[in-house]
Amino acid sequence: MLRFISERLIQSAVVLAVMSFVIFGLIGLMPGDPVDLMISADPDLTSADVAKLREIYGLDRPVAERYGNWLLAVLQGDFGFSRLFAKPVFDILGPALGNTLMLLGISLTLALCIGLPLGIWAAVRPYSVRDYSVNLFAFAGISVPSFWLGLLLIILFAVILGWLPAGGLGTPGMDGWSDKLIYLVLPAASLTLASVGGHTRYMRASMLETLRQDYIRTARAKGLSERRVVLGHALRNALIPVTTIIALDFGTLFSGALITETIFAYPGMGKLTYDAVMGNDFNLALVCLLLATLVTLVGNILADLAYAWLDPRIGFEGKRQ
Amino acid sequence: MSDAAATAAATPLALVTRRFLRHRLALISAGVLVVLAAASLLAPVVEGWLGLDANAVDLFNRLAAPSAAHPLGTDEAGRDVLLRLLYGGRVSLFVGIAAALTAAVLGTTVGLLSGYFGGRLDALFMRLTDGVIALPLLPLLIVLAAIDLQKLGFSAEAAQAENMSLYRIVAIVALVGWTTVARLVRATALSLRERPFVLAARAQGASSCRIMTVHILPNLASPIIVATTLSVGNVILLESVLSFLGLGIQPPLPSWGNLLTNAQELIWDAPALAVYPGLAIFVTVIAFNFVGDGLQDALDPRSLERGKR
Repeated sequence: MLRFISERLIQSAVVLAVMSFVIFGLIGLMPGDPVDLMISADPDLTSADVAKLREIYGLDRPVAERYGNWLLAVLQGDFGFSRLFAKPVFDILGPALGNTLMLLGISLTLALCIGLPLGIWAAVRPYSVRDYSVNLFAFAGISVPSFWLGLLLIILFAVILGWLPAGGLGTPGMDGWSDKLIYLVLPAASLTLASVGGHTRYMRASMLETLRQDYIRTARAKGLSERRVVLGHALRNALIPVTTIIALDFGTLFSGALITETIFAYPGMGKLTYDAVMGNDFNLALVCLLLATLVTLVGNILADLAYAWLDPRIGFEGKRQ
Repeated sequence: MSDAAATAAATPLALVTRRFLRHRLALISAGVLVVLAAASLLAPVVEGWLGLDANAVDLFNRLAAPSAAHPLGTDEAGRDVLLRLLYGGRVSLFVGIAAALTAAVLGTTVGLLSGYFGGRLDALFMRLTDGVIALPLLPLLIVLAAIDLQKLGFSAEAAQAENMSLYRIVAIVALVGWTTVARLVRATALSLRERPFVLAARAQGASSCRIMTVHILPNLASPIIVATTLSVGNVILLESVLSFLGLGIQPPLPSWGNLLTNAQELIWDAPALAVYPGLAIFVTVIAFNFVGDGLQDALDPRSLERGKR
């Protein structure tokens, strides 16, 4: 098992390293460079000044060399300076990451608490009216554009009813949890609704598959109540693939929060990424993208681990014993 | 499937059609899609009927309520909302279908080469696929959409051409969206490679290229068709998100996504503007998902039988 984990860690580190280079190259292709931005800020710069500035910033060097310098700095804990926020990149990440994790934690918990029972409830009576309605709901959930859902929630609860704020993190001048919580309701609801459909479908499919197993027939033949068969015998096994998919999806959820955060002006990682790219804040954009890649990779490793840990028939080499 | 076809004495295609027709939601969805596509394609005709110009700005008639002249009212510049919606549909549907097809071609090529030749090529392609899957999709798309095409060697004219945002979004979505098809195709090609009919073809001296295209590819049709249909919906969602964020289709070219950008700014004055484009996206995406689901049941009868047991 240790070997499996270390192998996966090395593999992911390689992917991350390759990705950091690719992302570095891509960001270099975005319009403008730091010196262009200085030129637009100070029209008095001569072309000699510009050439000199480019040299100072190392922008006249090939990509590989610039990347090497950046990597060296990063390995020493220096992620550079954010142009947009005029702060070291590292100081901005902390609060944004905290906000995003809080939003994701709430939405994921809600989505699981709704999606999993709903999926089980539908799978117990396949091809009934109940199953069809749940299916319809789940299909609607995966098909709805999450930003539109956010807009509709704003229209209903902020514009028409006026119950909740349309965006932000808190009322200026007001502290305390209750105020923060009010601002979390709409983003969390929007993110929950956007992901609950997927969870419902996974759970239903997995439960349907499990209920067809021989040991379920045995359990029924023993005369167990349907409730004990489903919740006592089937559920544990049906949850295995669902757990894996949830871990795999975490990366998608993390970067998908970008839309919700942008619409509700919620200062998390997603909005930070968007603002950094739009504002030509190269250092910040680079680190945001790498962090999102890291989260996806960690999710993948956790998925593999959970799979092997929950199902003893599956070894850590990924083969059935 | 060949067994079932023999007992029912019907061609496989007839069987597939019959099974698809039984899937009521998929059938309704297919109808809805045909209507939507036809309406979008006929946008210029509707323009003629209503006697309007989709791009005509009428500042005396801003944010008008629905009327006989403007069935869905007008937007912040006095343009007809219905016409903008239809022209937006053209763009969104084109991007969805074009990007899904491009991704399917790319994925099929990678998967076929990988599964058929195996070995080092397979290892290389599959690591590449794993790498692309591990990428954070949305942030990456945002960076790709923000790239300065002039730095890639396009001329300033080409980079600023009106339709460039259209081709660019098709290209970048296809660039990250081919992995599902590649994995499916590789897995099937891997098992088909050892089947007697492929061995027979090889024994007769068929080239690798011929075996792949003539003998293996037709057997891959069903998974590719299902995966591509399902991905059209996803592509339309991605396009609308990017356009909504101002990075996809650039105004004045309307798309369902960028129509919503304006709507968000006007959400306090004209909330209705935010409803129609989103509804159009929602209906289209759910219809593609139902059709994909129906095709899956129709093309892979085992999945249905397993479910019914």
